[in-house]
Amino acid sequence: MNAQPPRPTPLEEFLEGIWRQNPVFVMILGMCPVMAVTVSAVNALAMGLATTFVLTGSALLVSLLRHWVPREVRIATYIVIIASFVTVVDYLIQALSLQLYTALGAFIQLIVVNCIILGRAEAHASKNPPLPAVLNALGMGLGFAIGLLALGSVREILGAGRLFGLALFGADFQPWGVMVQPPGGFFVLGGWLLLFNWLKKRQGRLQPAR
Amino acid sequence: MADLPLTQLFLTTVLANNFVLAMFLGLCPFLGVSARLATAAPMGAATTFVMLVASLCAYGLNALLTWLGLEFLRLIAYIAVIASAVQLVEMVLKKYSPTLFRALGIYLPLITTNCAILGVALFQTAREYSLIQSLTFASGAGAGFTLALVLMAGLRERLRLAAVPDPVQGAALALILAGLLSLTFMGFTGLGAGE
Repeated sequence: MNAQPPRPTPLEEFLEGIWRQNPVFVMILGMCPVMAVTVSAVNALAMGLATTFVLTGSALLVSLLRHWVPREVRIATYIVIIASFVTVVDYLIQALSLQLYTALGAFIQLIVVNCIILGRAEAHASKNPPLPAVLNALGMGLGFAIGLLALGSVREILGAGRLFGLALFGADFQPWGVMVQPPGGFFVLGGWLLLFNWLKKRQGRLQPAR
Repeated sequence: MADLPLTQLFLTTVLANNFVLAMFLGLCPFLGVSARLATAAPMGAATTFVMLVASLCAYGLNALLTWLGLEFLRLIAYIAVIASAVQLVEMVLKKYSPTLFRALGIYLPLITTNCAILGVALFQTAREYSLIQSLTFASGAGAGFTLALVLMAGLRERLRLAAVPDPVQGAALALILAGLLSLTFMGFTGLGAGE
């Protein structure tokens, strides 16, 4: 994917994950935390930032070690690197906010098996010098966080009538309860994808010359 | 939770707390392998087997690590054990059923990064299940995963014959379908409430 002959500029490298290859909306990777923690915008943001940290840290380390790791054991090595960073984040969140820690639950530790992180380590960081690897990981992480936030805020607004814990509507608002329940996650993400697909199709129709 | 009857634990894990549809674990294979019924069922069986092995190993490891006072290594140890268990399943399948091995293709090694498996190991540790409870929990989780996968594959096979509007095709359709399934499974919620 990233092996095109003209080397992408640092800015392109950074923006790739945010827009063109957004992990949530375009690649549809790492769905489990996306659905599970996005019942509120705060949870979504915390999860996004934690994933960004792990992604960036592991990308840096994988990229630095890329000449020393033998090909046969590379996946195992990456997993151990990622697991170490996740352990750091796990203890960090526990120390900073116990409330958040209980809300996110086992999903912090499950960052280990988020396909985006291993996918990036394998497809990008192991082939690139540290700087582009970190920039790309940072972009991917932020793209992931933006996706989570988009999902989390819609679900919180519809399902609880709040955003970041602040009430948006009057007391008469009847929350659409199913949106903060498991099915809501599927529906909202399906809805976002639908919207993007539709926009893409419409754009294609309006500009047939391209 | 500690003295829940085993049958109830099993049923709750399969239906009310279905791993895929209620707890969002193992979504990647759920969306990836559920296009055809023929691969969905074996994939479910392979995952269930890995879950059982992982659960057994995780129980032993947790006891060992707690005894040594090295709890912070738990995550790394679990992941290493799961990766080896997947390797084992891969070798067994390759020997006894090469056709199935080829059919599952890339998804077999991907079981390693299936969050459902690590989820089983982590949840059984967090809830302090005994050995028997852990194994029941793991088999329930596997059965639930297989059930969801097979249901989804059946639906998607039928949908291929239907006229679906253009923008809805692909992932959006799969997600909305999963949402509807999940809505159905919410009907089982009362099942495990008898505490």
